[in-house]
Amino acid sequence: MALLQISEPGMSTAPHQHRLAVGIDLGTTNSLVATVRSGLAVVLDDAEGHSLLPSVVRYQADRVDVGYAAKRAQNVDPHNTIVSVKRFMGRGLADIQDAASSPYRFVDAPGMVQIKTVAGTKSPVEVSAEILKVLRARAEASLGGELVGAVITVPAYFDDAQRQATKDAAQLAGLNVLRLLNEPTAAAIAYGLDNASEGVYAVYDLGGGTFDISILKLSKGVFEVLATNGDSALGGDDFDQRVFCWMVEQGRFQPLSANDTRLLLTKARDAKETLTEHLDVRITAVLSTGEMLDATLTQADFNAMTASLVNKTLAPTRKALRDAGLSVEEIKGVVMVGGSTRMPCVRHAVADFFKQTPLTNLDPDKVVALGAAMQADVLAGNRVDDDWLLLDVIPLSLGLETMGGLTEKVIPRNTTIPTARAQDFTTFKDGQTAMSVHVLQGERELAVDCRSLARFELRGIPPMVAGAARIRVTFQVDADGLLSVSAREQSTGIEAAVQVKPSYGLADEEITRMLKDAFTHAKDDMRARALNEQLVDAQGLIAATRAAMAEDGALLSEAETAMIEAAITDLEKRMAGSDHSAIKRGIEALNAATTEFAQRRMDQNVRRAMAGQKLETFG
Amino acid sequence: MAVTLSERAAQHVSNFLAKRGKGVGIRLGVRTTGCSGMAYKLEFADAVPEGDEQFESFGVKVFVDPKSLPYIDGTELDYAREGLNEGFKFNNPNVKNECGCGESFNV
Repeated sequence: MALLQISEPGMSTAPHQHRLAVGIDLGTTNSLVATVRSGLAVVLDDAEGHSLLPSVVRYQADRVDVGYAAKRAQNVDPHNTIVSVKRFMGRGLADIQDAASSPYRFVDAPGMVQIKTVAGTKSPVEVSAEILKVLRARAEASLGGELVGAVITVPAYFDDAQRQATKDAAQLAGLNVLRLLNEPTAAAIAYGLDNASEGVYAVYDLGGGTFDISILKLSKGVFEVLATNGDSALGGDDFDQRVFCWMVEQGRFQPLSANDTRLLLTKARDAKETLTEHLDVRITAVLSTGEMLDATLTQADFNAMTASLVNKTLAPTRKALRDAGLSVEEIKGVVMVGGSTRMPCVRHAVADFFKQTPLTNLDPDKVVALGAAMQADVLAGNRVDDDWLLLDVIPLSLGLETMGGLTEKVIPRNTTIPTARAQDFTTFKDGQTAMSVHVLQGERELAVDCRSLARFELRGIPPMVAGAARIRVTFQVDADGLLSVSAREQSTGIEAAVQVKPSYGLADEEITRMLKDAFTHAKDDMRARALNEQLVDAQGLIAATRAAMAEDGALLSEAETAMIEAAITDLEKRMAGSDHSAIKRGIEALNAATTEFAQRRMDQNVRRAMAGQKLETFG
Repeated sequence: MAVTLSERAAQHVSNFLAKRGKGVGIRLGVRTTGCSGMAYKLEFADAVPEGDEQFESFGVKVFVDPKSLPYIDGTELDYAREGLNEGFKFNNPNVKNECGCGESFNV
């Protein structure tokens, strides 16, 4: 006998047609899967009752372990046991700063770094797929059927490459991705903030090894990510480390063996967790050397030894607020995410900082997965109120490189997705038959300062004078934030397109840096843009003058030719410098020098055109 | 004529209704579909459905449309756990045979 769930009124499904959908929090340290059952979002446990699945994959010659079993092997088989694979998603070897100190044997591959294991070379996409496969199997066993799809969460700062990699991993695991959803947005959904009134919310996410702060703005059911910041090497593990150091000091231990270190770290972690509920904790341990520890740690001592860690989260928080241009008073609510936000010292610090009690009534480990499950339930079509459809936004502007190395933004940052925008471009030179389209992501004015996503060429443009061709470039971003770009010459209909699968990922620090740079360099950028614009104008003018002189040089006296040549030389000299106003003056001078010439050419052309025609034709 | 809930099922329904924040009870029914002729319907009820038979078990209101009632009269709705899966189960005395999965049946 099948087990049934209660449906929304009128939404009962036919037998064997249940729209089973899940939300997956694919985390750096731990992953979870959740679903909506009889209208209630719940996290699905494995057979042992664990809801968390450690995001650890161990490759052996003939099998793959995922989760707790793999985590236990971390120390004995470090080369083949991959932890925190999320950090490598969509990244090249050059993006991984601590590659040398990590235990993995990286292989630099085009597109994404790969890792050599005893079972062969594995890409981060394959490793993530192993985690997703386990979650999928757990979900299908718990729901008694095949899934129609899943919503998978990604950090708000994930760029196109990282999102695409996540989507590829899901497909490899046999999951139909209904949508990729930003983690802070999922947390806000779990708290029902999406059907609350409009306002700005902060999502404070302190996990096992990473800290993220996001400022979200909700308006008309749309969550905009105003700012993100964080510290990719700060989390609950650092708190354990502080307690561990204290224990070593208390016990006056000699340098520890690996086993004793692990033992004490486990004790440290237990102590930390006990202190969430109690004012003090007794810690006892017997090392393999026979040395003993019996000490009591109070919450006050714990708070004192970890205060600097808590403070380390507040600096990025302050920065995120500043980037969003907001003061603490404008934050309507604070959502706590990540197991480490259970610590009372963290809660107090956040409450003090935001001058309000943060939202903590949902389990902070589960809140992202729960929000994703709720979104999945809507997308699978299990709810009637379709006004619940939630929209996400593009984290960084998308655009093209134009003449002179400038960025032309086609889709500005924070545009809601899915979206499509078109813009017309034209040729720069007479007879130009091809155009190179360079797709960029970023906020800076110069193409070199933005991230290059893709390049492609539109060929077969019929030869025309410069500026006559109409090339429409269309940017399309789907609901997962993935981009495709097409270019079409309007008169002939020739077309070229690219699905953007960028070769390198951006580091999260890099994204925030790019955003910040865009603000701090605003002045430099404006100057650089002005300079480049003048350079493009100057080049165009010189080319046009030279072409005219080659054609109609006979109209000029020797002295006039020399004067124009001098003006060109002068302008070229100015172009070598970086003063845009000097170049502008050079352009004006050359313009002035050629005005008379242009007049004569015009007269000549008119005479030619009129020759042999009757006057009334022009009447 | 009656349709009842087991105590465990009633507890789960109350819990779901409370978390959902609206609804007056649940509505049971059958429709002709599926591989063995008929299938159960199990839905939240946001208002008392007009013309429905109304029952109550452990404080939970159960609505059944009159056309469905003969097929599920005497049914006890239970809440069960099977491995990792959990959900509601119809213990229906009228069923003559059902499909392998038990999602559809005939009387």
